[in-house]
Formats: sequence, C-alpha cells, structure tokens
Amino acid sequence: MNYFIQRLLSAIPVLLGITIIVFFIISLIPGDPATAILGSYATPENVKLLNEQLGLDKGLIQRYFIWLGNLVQGDLGRSFALNRPVLDEILERFNATLILSGTAFILCSVVGVLIGTISAFKQYTITDKIITFTVLTGISLPSFFLGMMMILLFAVNLQWLPVSGMYAIYGGGDFLDLIHHLIMPAIALALVATGVVARITRNSVLEILRQDYIRTARAKGVREGNVLFKHVLRIAIVTILPILGLQAGFVLSGSVFIEIVFQWPGVGRMLVDAILKRDILLVQGGVMFVAACYVLFNIAVDLLQRYLDPRIK
Amino acid sequence: MINFLKLISRNKLALFGGILLVIIFVVSFLSPLLPLKDPDVIKTSDRFLLPFSEGYLLGTDHLGRDLLSRLLWGTRLSLLVGISAALISATIGSILGTIAGFYGNKTDNVIMRIIDVLMAFPYILLALAIVAVLGPGLFNAMIAVALVNIPFFARNIRGVTVTIANKEFIDAARLSGMSNFKIIIYEIFPNILPVIVVTISTTVGWMILETAGLSFLGLGSQPPQADLGSMLGEGRSSLIVNPHTSYVPGAMIFLIVIGVNLFGDGIRDALDPRLSKGELVKPQPVTQIKLNKNVKNNSNSFLSVQNLTTAFEFDNKLHLASKDVSFDIKKGECLGLIGESGSGKSVTALSVTCLVASPPGVIVDGSVKFQGDDILKMNYEQIRELRGNKISYIFQDPLSTLHPLIKIGKQLEEAFIEHNHQKNKEATFKGKELLKLVQIPNIENVWNSYPHELSGGMRQRISIAMALTNDPELIIADEPTTALDVTVQAQILLLLDTLRKERGLSVLFISHDFGVVSQICDRVIVMYGGQIVEEGKTENIMSKPRHPYTSQLMKCVPHIGFGKRELPTISGSPPSITYKKEIGCSFSSRCLIKKDNCLNEDIKIVQKGDSEVRCLYPHE
Amino acid sequence: MDILSAYNLSKFYSKNKGLFNKQSINLRAVNNININLKSKESLGIVGESGCGKSTLAKMLAGLVTPSSGEVKIEEKDINNYKKHELPNHIQYMFQDPISSLNPRKTIYQSLAAPLKYLRKLDEKEIEKEIKTIIKEVNLKEEFLNRFPHEFSGGQAQRIGIARVLLSKAKIIILDEPVSALDVSIQSQILNLLNDLQKKFELSYIVISHDLAVIEAICDRVMVMYFGDIVEKSDAKELFQKPYHPYTNLLLKSVPKINQKMEIKNLFETELPDPINPPKGCSFYTRCENKTEKCKDSNPTETINDNRKYKCFFPNI
Ligand SMILES: Nc1ncnc2c1ncn2[C@@H]1O[C@H](COP(=O)(O)OP(=O)(O)OP(=O)(O)O)[C@@H](O)[C@H]1O
Ligand code: SF4
Ligand code: SF4
Ligand SMILES: [Mg+2]
Repeated sequence: MNYFIQRLLSAIPVLLGITIIVFFIISLIPGDPATAILGSYATPENVKLLNEQLGLDKGLIQRYFIWLGNLVQGDLGRSFALNRPVLDEILERFNATLILSGTAFILCSVVGVLIGTISAFKQYTITDKIITFTVLTGISLPSFFLGMMMILLFAVNLQWLPVSGMYAIYGGGDFLDLIHHLIMPAIALALVATGVVARITRNSVLEILRQDYIRTARAKGVREGNVLFKHVLRIAIVTILPILGLQAGFVLSGSVFIEIVFQWPGVGRMLVDAILKRDILLVQGGVMFVAACYVLFNIAVDLLQRYLDPRIK
Repeated sequence: MINFLKLISRNKLALFGGILLVIIFVVSFLSPLLPLKDPDVIKTSDRFLLPFSEGYLLGTDHLGRDLLSRLLWGTRLSLLVGISAALISATIGSILGTIAGFYGNKTDNVIMRIIDVLMAFPYILLALAIVAVLGPGLFNAMIAVALVNIPFFARNIRGVTVTIANKEFIDAARLSGMSNFKIIIYEIFPNILPVIVVTISTTVGWMILETAGLSFLGLGSQPPQADLGSMLGEGRSSLIVNPHTSYVPGAMIFLIVIGVNLFGDGIRDALDPRLSKGELVKPQPVTQIKLNKNVKNNSNSFLSVQNLTTAFEFDNKLHLASKDVSFDIKKGECLGLIGESGSGKSVTALSVTCLVASPPGVIVDGSVKFQGDDILKMNYEQIRELRGNKISYIFQDPLSTLHPLIKIGKQLEEAFIEHNHQKNKEATFKGKELLKLVQIPNIENVWNSYPHELSGGMRQRISIAMALTNDPELIIADEPTTALDVTVQAQILLLLDTLRKERGLSVLFISHDFGVVSQICDRVIVMYGGQIVEEGKTENIMSKPRHPYTSQLMKCVPHIGFGKRELPTISGSPPSITYKKEIGCSFSSRCLIKKDNCLNEDIKIVQKGDSEVRCLYPHE
Repeated sequence: MDILSAYNLSKFYSKNKGLFNKQSINLRAVNNININLKSKESLGIVGESGCGKSTLAKMLAGLVTPSSGEVKIEEKDINNYKKHELPNHIQYMFQDPISSLNPRKTIYQSLAAPLKYLRKLDEKEIEKEIKTIIKEVNLKEEFLNRFPHEFSGGQAQRIGIARVLLSKAKIIILDEPVSALDVSIQSQILNLLNDLQKKFELSYIVISHDLAVIEAICDRVMVMYFGDIVEKSDAKELFQKPYHPYTNLLLKSVPKINQKMEIKNLFETELPDPINPPKGCSFYTRCENKTEKCKDSNPTETINDNRKYKCFFPNI
C-alpha cells in the first residue's frame, strides 16, 4: 500500500516531464504562435481570443505555467476547427480507442504468451515451426497493409464482416454489432504485438528451462505438466510482463493506423486529422491525454510485477 | 568476420533474408540507371492498368503512372530514409546509453529520467507531435522516427554498459592508467558494439515500417515524390476497385521487412553466445539414452553403476565427459566422489537418474541398477517415480537451485504431493516436521519466505529437508557445501552426517575437497578426466594414496598447520573433454613416475592393497 | 617504515529510503579499520563472505572511496597522488582471472596498456618488456596473440599477475588469488607469487576465505568479522594459538584429512544485520566464551605481547 502511493507519486515527475515536452514541442512552431496555432482559422477575432486565453503575449515559461494550470483543471483549450473544447472531443473519442486497443492488447497478451509457450515446449516439432513461421510473417506485415488486405478479403470478397466503422449506420448500435465491427481491426492491430510477445515468450521459456531450479523440480520427480505450469510459467510471466507494458505502447501507436484504415472513430484518427488541419491545440491535448493514460497503465503493470516477483524490493 | 558470415550463412533463413535484401537493394539503388519510365509522368489515359499490361509490368496507378518505376524509386527512398533513421537513433542513443551506464550516479539519473519521460509516450504520439511542429514531409518524418527510437537504444545500451562497466577488466584498465575516455573507447565500445549491431538489425525493420506508416498517414513524403508508404496511402482510396495499387507497394514493404527480420535474427543468433552454447534448446526431462552395447550387470548391490559413459554432443561429435564409470553403493553407505573441476563428477551423479541436460547430453553406455532394476532401461514415468522419492538430490548452490518465486513451504510440499497423491494437509505436516529435523528455527516464518530472504546455510538446510521428503533410500549430494563459508559448511556436514546415520541412508557425496570427504564418507572414488582412477576405504586413500594423481594432488592442496612454505605442485592442467580417442593413461602428461608403456594401451583398474587403482605403477 | 598504512578506515553504503524520504539507510561494510603493511611483507586478510574484505582492499587501492579515514602510501595520502600516479605504486589483482581480461583484446593488447599509459614506453620497449615478463610467469610467447577465452583459469591468472608486475608497483593486493582455480593449479600460482615477491621485492596484501592459502604465503594475518578486524598477529602464532573465539571457530571448522572435526552443533551461523549493527560484540550470537558483558559493550583492541585482538574473554 505504501509502495502503491510511492509509485503513484513517482509518476508525477514523469507526467510533468511529459507536459514540458508536449508544451515545448508545440511552442517550437515557427512564426507568431497564435497564427500558427489557428492556421487557416486565424481570423483577427480568433487570434485575439487565443492570445487572451493562453496568454500568448507573455513569456514562454509563464505561458507554460498558465497552460499547466489550465491542464490541471481539465481545461485543454478549444479546438478551433471543431469549435468545441478539446477535452470533450478527446473523451468522446477515447472510448472508441480504448475498446479497440484494449481488445487488441488482451488478444496479443493471451495469444502471444500461449503460442510462445507451446512453441517452446514443442521446440523443433512441426507445431513449433508453423508458429515460428506465422509469427515471423506477422511481425513483418505492416498493420495498415494487413488491415487493407483483410478488408478486401473478408469484407469485400467474402462479405463476412463490415468494411469499416464502429457501428452499422442504420440499425445496429448494440453489443453484437460492435463485436462484428471490432473483429477485423482488433486482429489487424494485435497481430504484430502477438508476434513479438510470442517470440519473447518462446525464448524466455527456453532459457528458463535451462535453469538449475527446473532441474531441481525434475529431480524431485515433478510431472512435466507441473514443471511447465507451476515452475516455468511462474517465472516466464514475470519476465514477460515488462514486455507487455511496452507492447501496450505499440498497440496504442498501431491503433492510429488501424483507426484510419477501418474508419474507427478514435483518438488516433482525430490526431492525424488535427495535424493535417493544423489544429494544434487538439494535437497537444490528445497527445497529453493518451500519454498520461499510458503512464498510468505502466504503473499498473509495475505494481503487478512487484506483486508477482517478491525479489523486487 | 569471415567466421561471422559463415555462421550466418549456416542459418538458411538468414541466408534467404540476406539474399532477398541484397536483391532489393541492388535493384532499387540501380533504378536511376534502369530503363524505367519516369515515375512521375502522369498519363490519365492509362489509369489503373492491371499488372502485366503491355508496357506496364506492374500496371499503373490512379494517375496512369508506371507502378514498377514508382515502386523501385519508392523502395529506394523508403530504404534510405529508414536506414538513415536507424543510424541516427543508434548513434545518439548509444552515446547517451554509454555515458549514462558508464558514469552512473547523477549523470545516469538525469539522462535516464529524460529517457523515461520519452518512453512514456507511445512512440507514434511523439512522432505525430514532432511532425505536427515541423510540418509534414519525408525528412521531418525521418527525424521524428529517429528521435522516437533514441530512448530504446539508450536503454538497451545503458543496460549492457552497466554490466560491462562493473566487470573487473574495467578496474584493471583503470589500474593500467587509462583515462575514462580511453576506457570508453578502447574497453567498453568493442564490447557493446555487437549489441549495437544486433539492436540496429532488429529495429531497422521497424523504422522502415514506421516511416512508411507516417507517409501512409500523409505526414511523410509529399506528392509527387512517393515512398512505399505514401504509395500505399494513395492506393487505399481505390482499394476496393483497384486493389493492385495497394498490394504492389504493400508486398514490397512486407518483403523488405521480412528480409530485414530474417537477416537480423541471423545476426542476433550468430552474435548471441547463448545459442552457440545450446542454451536455447529445450532440455528433455530424461537424458537421451543411446546404448551401444548391452552391459552385463549381475551385481546385487543396492546401487550398482557399471561402465557408465556419458557424452555431450557438439558439432555431431560425442565428447565423453565420463568414461566407463563403475561403482557400487551398499545400503547405508556413504560413498565419496572426489575430483577436480571438469573431471565428470556432476555428470556421473546426474546420469544416475538421467538428469543430464539433453541435448547435448547422451548416455552412450552402461547400466545403473538400483535395487535390482536398470534405470537406463526404464521409461520416463518409471524414472520420474524414482526421482525425489527413492533417490533424491541435493545440489551445490541453493540460491540457484531453489525456485526463486515459490515460497519455501510450497516447494517442500511439492515432492510429497507429486509422489503420494495425497492432499495438502499431510504434505504441510510432513514439510514442517522436516524443517524441524534440519533444525530450522522459526518454522512458520521460514515456511512463508522466499529463498532470497534466507541465508546460504538456511537455504542448504531447506534443500536437505526437501531431499528427505519421501524418505529416500539414496541421496545424491553434489558439492552440497562448496558454496558455503567454512563455519556454515561445518554445521551442514554435521547435520548431513547425523541424518544419514540415524536413517540408514545411502549417500553419494561429491566434493573436490579431501578434508570434507574425510569427515563424512566411508569409501572414496577419485575421478580424473572422466575416469575413476582410484577407489578404496576413506582412511586408506587418505593415508595411503596409491595412484600417482591422488598422491600428488593431496600433497599440493594447501593444508593448515605447515606455515609459509613452498608447496609441492602438479605441472600442467587437467584434460578438457574432447571427442578424440586418446590411448594410454590420461594422467601421463603430469605424472612424475610415468614410463614409456603408460601410453601404449588403456590402463585397467587393478587391485593394490586395499584399494583399486587405474595405474601400471601404483605406489606401494 | 610502513609502505602502506590506513587509519580509521570506514565504508558505509547509503541508500535513500524512498524518493520522498530523505532519511537514508546506512549499510555498514567496513568499520574503523587500521592497517599497516611493511615493505616486502605479505599480510593476509581472512574472513567469511560478506565481512567486507573486498571493500577494504578496494579502498586501499583507491578503487572505492572511503566514507571516512585515510590511506597513505609511502607516507603520502593517496588523495595527493595524481590519478595516473597511484597505479604505479599499488596494484590490484582480481578474483576471477578470466573476467579481469577484456574478452575482445588479445593478451598482448591487455598487457601493453599499463606500459603505454603508466610507464609511457614506446612500442619497442613495450614488446621487450612483455616478452620478458611472460617468461617470468611461465607462459609461452605464442599466447600473446590469443584471446582470453582460449585460456584456462590458471593461465589467465598468470596473465593477470604479469599485468600487475608490468606496472612496477611495489604493493599488490591479491583478492582471492586462487579461489577460482582448480586445486591442482592453486599451488602452482601460490608458489609463483612467493617467488616473484622475493625477486621483485613486492609487498602483498592477500585476501582469502581459505585459511590454508593465507597460511601458505603470509607473514602476518588479520581476521575480519563483520567489517571489523577482530584479531591481528604473526601468522605462525595465529595458526598455532588463536586468541579470538572467532579465529578459533574458523580454524576448527576447516575439515582436515583423516581427522574428525570437533564442532558443536550450533545453529547460529549468520552475521548480524549490517543496517542495524548490534551495540555489543558483533560475534556475540555465535561465541562460545560470551557473557552478559559482551552483549552490552563492544570490546576495543587489546594488545598482549605482539598479539592484538578485540575480545573480553579470549582463549589465552
Ligand atoms: N550441459 C553441458 N553441456 C556441455 N558440456 C558439459 C555440460 N555439463 C558438463 N559438461 C562438460 O562435461 C565435463 C564434466 O563436467 P562435470 O560437471 O561433471 O564436472 P565436475 O567434476 O562436476 O566439475 P565441478 O567441480 O566444476 O563441478 C566438463 O568438461 C564439462 O565442461
Ligand atoms: S599409468 Fe603410468 S602415467 Fe599413468 S599414473 Fe600410472 S605411472 Fe603415471
Ligand atoms: S567479546 Fe565476548 S562475545 Fe565477543 S568474542 Fe569475546 S567473548 Fe565472544
Ligand atoms: Mg560439478
């Protein structure tokens, strides 16, 4: 419990670091900040409004603190392109991203660890070879290309699944409809991460099998099944957990592409649109928000790790 | 370098990847010289021609541009950008990582905190933010991808640098008067270079993908210039009607990345010492047994090992680690097995229940009769029934031989549950009894501890308790006190000796220390180069060694009570295992009384006094 | 004159309890030790794992900065030597012979470093020196172009000795010089060390957990327990008649050939907690001679004809 609070507190410097990076990257934009931020929306009224809102006439450091102050109060500014508060837009979109990335993350963790373990335990058999080959193909396919090919095959040719979107436009909107729409993007998104997890799992299981304590278990006459489930997997999960944390980042990143390919109404698509429209405040807010969530997620992974591995002090 | 290429080319997949890459590289980089159409010439009359159309091998895109030409030019661009990004981030990341890892303390803290913050972004977010600022464009996309990957390199390299900086040769370099800068350049860098190469080779594929991705989003290369990503992006708008505009660039990205991955894996494997040592091969639960001849074993002894020969298979050759080892253990007897490192003691001990890691281990000959049955002829289930039940083991280093994440109690119960099909309650009771037996104080506490929370002596007591779980009849103890301090060793020896006498246990006790063996063993076997060279009662061997090796070794081991002095020595060093068949006495090169005929034939074991000796001229 | 001396040398490793907890944990590694080494003498330091031997030795060689106290070499504080000067006076030989050689350098390159950077010799002189020294440690010249992994432990240890000799330092710290070696190789190395000491007039500080090794090459011995020197004396006398109960226990615990140990069954074998060192004698929990007095007060050094020990009730 004590550690839990400590760990949460230790996230503060990281979060502050993120705010600094996000803020200063954005303020590197050349030219008059207000005009740059507003881009094609730089009408004199808007410029004036923004100048007041962000204190753009003040110094950089001062501006940062104003921005940070607003941020802490949940005010991420206003998107001029969409003409609504940035936070509202993000919250609405984040839900969709969470569903997509969350599903993909769970898929890649479960399937990755499973097939990685199987492939290690059946090393050099045909099962192992098939898995290794599939994994290799999987990690070499760009997810956006895979998504496109899946659309062609399953949606256009076979017509099993919808081409894009999160819900059917007419009717739908229920859970089944969501699942129906989710299958392809989630698989396309999970594939690469699954491959990575499977590979690392396979190698670490093989390495663990060589350890002295596995020999001890065998010397005790423990059945092979128990050696695998009680001894090997216990350690494997602890070594793979940080990798899963990293993969969550990759899944989140990949979701940007998948959201575009499948027209999924998530934060990623919003960000790309915002960049192309130069809606800087929306970009800033979106990046900040997602990064903060990712930090929190990693804290959770860390705590889990600590719980599972008593050696970490 | 040549070795390295050989290693890679032995790996067929890596070779395939390498060839694929070379072809793609050569063709795409030669594209300015090839008789191709101009990639940017628009010819609306030829829109969306399918592949293999006349004049357009791969067809045309929505503006009627030649896809083949665009593909090759695009490939060239993608490769250039991806590789540059990889090199940039590798350079900057490695420098940061090395500095952080080498200097440690504050420097490390500052650099790593920044890296942590950068790692806190899912990479694409940071890249998007950077592109948002710099504006879309291929060069900016490359910068973004390079920057985003710096933390990854820095972290990896820092980790390796820390390990290397703590190695003794760095201190040695300091003591040779080298400055920090020189140490980094001459001592550290050559050692982290392989890691840098591996990291580059395993990430360059990613970076090509990432830049392609940014272009795909429209944030990288801007029309009319096209790389693979932007071609795919353009193709997407006509995906359903004219899929060939998508799958042509998509397939190329796939080919490049799979080529890089295969080749990268090859590099990694070639540079990874674990692979050449066979450390990434699953050890089977039972050593592979390939008996060449049927060994007759008519002994009625409690345990009778006959002509046991165990080998390790490398490069398709059998390297013999123990040769023709034969011995008996009687009920209630403690037999010592003594020898130098690498003499085959552990291999012999593990072979008894087929625990030698396999691959590479193979038992090639012999018979191990335990209470009348030959273990080497049993199936896995029968062997498993013996292990931890009638025959149990105690190993050398209890920290590495106990499972680090399972509580002591659970580990103690396990052998009982596996062999008795009984429920936990009895197992718990039994386990706690055993802890009492090995004199562990504060049993409840220890029961719920993890191995790392206990001291070395306590851990070894736990291992002993674990070995006693199912009231075994034979305990094989492989250097159970070597990792311990003398005072702790004394206590453990005392405990073992008491227990075995109380319970009438038979023990195979392995050690390299004559003094230790003297404390606890009834009879002793001396091993040298995988062979038994002498066997006899402990007192006899200790007071009257017959084999020249035994006597020379006993003289040269420092004993207490003789003051500062010149010690007798044995010249040369012990033999290492080989696949070559060597005729004659294996000790001959170091023997002080060797004669010519010692090398003529293999030496047989003969009776001499009360001992058995493998020597033509044993001491009287 | 002492060629090396150290006064009140201590080392605490401290660690902050947490990010926001400024209080720190102090781990006691070496506690207030005085040492002196005479020229051409070899001084043994013996003790069990974790008692602070290596920390002490590294402080003497300037590889670890002490928390307090001073080290003098030839009467001059080591902090007053220039950074690259010190290795000309004191050298350190490491426990693991293979890992003290850079795996990616040939033996020649490793041996050339001290000549180049410490003694600033030119290529020709370097070659000459290396060829001389390699004979001195009984290795063949053809080994020079090989890499460390091609050597056995004993050979690598000889290379380590050669490297140390090339610096021309007179004081050499030998940290467990033979514990990584095979028993049949140990005596070769110990003899070599003895010979070289005479030939080059070296002074040794030998660290080992193995009493027999210490006895074979040392003139004087210090016994360390829990960061403290509990007994110092002439080697001969110490091995004949240990005064301190701990020294006595150590000697009794060494298993001897054809002689049963007379050891009582004692469970306590552990060192006290270095974060909360006990108030009284640190050997209290394991001591045969203890009384109430030892629990509450810490014995200081007693000098009794040439013998020095820290104990209220020694075995005299
Ligand atoms: N898993 C393995 N793979 C390859 N070679 C091995 C393996 N285990 C042992 N060997 C080799 O077999 C030989 C005998 O080794 P073994 O471990 O039996 O020696 P030992 O007498 O127990 O030595 P030590 O005193 O170091 O424990 C050695 O040359 C060793 O290198
Ligand atoms: S057989 Fe010959 S060489 Fe071998 S030990 Fe005996 S005397 Fe020495
Ligand atoms: S002071 Fe007391 S406890 Fe300490 S060693 Fe001496 S007799 Fe034992
Ligand atoms: Mg062994």
